[in-house]
Amino acid sequence: MDTFSFLLQGLATAFEPMMLLYALIGVTLGTAVGVLPGIGPALTVALLLPVTYGLDAAGSLIMFAGIYYGGMYGGSTTSILLNTPGESASVITALEGNKMARAGRGGPALATAAIGSFVAGLLATLMLAFLAPHVVKLALIFGPREYFALMVLAFVTVSAAFGESALRGLVSLFIGLALAMVGIDQLTGQTRLAFGVPQLLDGIEVTTLAVAMFALGEALFVAAQGPDNDSGILAIKGRVRMTAQDWARSWKAWLRGTAIGFPIGSMPAGGADIASFLSYATERNMTKHPEEFGKGAIEGVAGPEAANNAAAAGTLVPLLTLGLPTTATAAIMLAGFQQFGLQPGPLLFATAPQLVWGLIASLLVANVMLLVLNLPLIRFWILLLKIPQPWLYGGILVFATLGTLGVNPSPVELMMLVLFGTMGYLMRLFNYPIAPVVVGLILGPMAEQQLRRALSISQGDWTTLVQSPVAAVLLLLALAALVVPMILRARGRGDALSQIGTAED
Amino acid sequence: MTPQGDTGRRPDGAAFAIAAFLIAIGALMLWDGSRIPSKAGYSGVGAGDVPRLIGGALVLLGIATGIEGWRRPGPARPKQQPVPLLWLLGGMVVMVATIHTIGFVLGATILFTCAAAAFGERRFVRAILSGIGLGMFIYLVFDVLLQLNLPAGPIEMLIFGR
Repeated sequence: MDTFSFLLQGLATAFEPMMLLYALIGVTLGTAVGVLPGIGPALTVALLLPVTYGLDAAGSLIMFAGIYYGGMYGGSTTSILLNTPGESASVITALEGNKMARAGRGGPALATAAIGSFVAGLLATLMLAFLAPHVVKLALIFGPREYFALMVLAFVTVSAAFGESALRGLVSLFIGLALAMVGIDQLTGQTRLAFGVPQLLDGIEVTTLAVAMFALGEALFVAAQGPDNDSGILAIKGRVRMTAQDWARSWKAWLRGTAIGFPIGSMPAGGADIASFLSYATERNMTKHPEEFGKGAIEGVAGPEAANNAAAAGTLVPLLTLGLPTTATAAIMLAGFQQFGLQPGPLLFATAPQLVWGLIASLLVANVMLLVLNLPLIRFWILLLKIPQPWLYGGILVFATLGTLGVNPSPVELMMLVLFGTMGYLMRLFNYPIAPVVVGLILGPMAEQQLRRALSISQGDWTTLVQSPVAAVLLLLALAALVVPMILRARGRGDALSQIGTAED
Repeated sequence: MTPQGDTGRRPDGAAFAIAAFLIAIGALMLWDGSRIPSKAGYSGVGAGDVPRLIGGALVLLGIATGIEGWRRPGPARPKQQPVPLLWLLGGMVVMVATIHTIGFVLGATILFTCAAAAFGERRFVRAILSGIGLGMFIYLVFDVLLQLNLPAGPIEMLIFGR
């Protein structure tokens, strides 16, 4: 069967009434949580993961896909109406979007963000559907050494290539890798770093770590800055619609943003931040209204928002076809798959095609639902921005503990929550990125297994790692991604890199 | 925990603490890795080797962090308020310690109230009441409807009968 008929079959799954309901619940929850200030997509999916525990695999993943896209939409609303720097994935949107809102053009800004996200999400999801089978074919020729090289590349791009300092990124990554070693070795059954604590034998849960570092760490950090210096929510004046001129200036930016975002998201080259940053730079160079940039140019909202969402869909390409998470959000999604014993990768397309294609099709459905939720109903979501800060964080923390309490409420696990939360706070305080820890934790054991398998095949000969051309090229790329930014920083050209540094997504 | 606004001129004390922490973790991994009997099999890489590799890398990164802190002190950090931190962490610790006795609703109430207090809420009665409301709502949705097994205490027994 070809992609098209698979996709039709997937749509049939996605249009079952229960699945539509799950998708609707997913996008609604995702938008609601994503809109809350200070909560990015990674935390949104981590917080809402427990919601899906009670469902079957298909329903749960469909709801989860809705949460993922909903979180991406919700984030843009926050950054337009509240200037919340630090919310990484849509920090670029805030540059122009917040200025537009200040100038009384919040309505068009929200509209171009929502429609741009829709256009990009739709196109990128279709691209995902048509690209995925080809990547799966490619993945089938991948052996352990190619997978290992790919993971090394992902490690480097997540930790060292972008952001302020390669050293700090690597420290974060290796902390994640160290945590990943806790528990029982999957190849020999040896206990490692558990120190006789039985609860540590299962290793450290990705969701516990992510929720602790993102939710508790962020809450501690915000609280420690003292009383709130609230910038205030900007009211939307006028209607949430665009003029003919807004449309004319937006549509090309949407398409360009999609064209930039999807490839970047689908390569192990970091997440949505880089895509939206590049899109912003492109729009600033190509605009006919350069004087408006920095004061609220609509292209500066349309492009990055489209790029952001296209990259979010692109991230699913390596995640679904190779089982390779390239962002913190994708790492948590992978944990979502693993709770059902599903390992994304080429095999999943063969063993559970209905599930995979149902998931892809439901992304299309979720996208349409989100357009409806975000254009006519936008005023309702804005009410959520008015929750007072103490209540907001109180609620976030209760929700953050929910997943751990519901799944594994042992005192050890709960103390880990507190411990990692404190660590997340300290890392934030000293400018260490969080995403590499999460990615290191989930990818670490996988990389180790592939490495040891590759070496088993070659009977301990390390040169095997570079003897396949694919693996050699991937490792060279990883080396370049490590060294080139270091040189750029040393020569004082690191500003651009630190601007696109991944704080969260 | 509260560096009082580093000026960025003298060597960075925090960087040395981080360096020491990284080296300690690295050493711990090196020790634990060498404790594991090496049954490397065909690959030549046993269960203890990758932890030793990561431990070694952490030691090197720790040394690099120390050198960097000596040569280039970090930027000035915003002043941190200790009181809200204590509220938040205290709330978490109390919740963790008591939740299996008092149940989810009361545990959530404690956490909610302490977190709200950390962010400057001083109307405690309102905070406690909303905490109870939120806890009950979440328990109803997640435990009763979504089959998530949350810790039960007297309140849950009384109201939801489980």
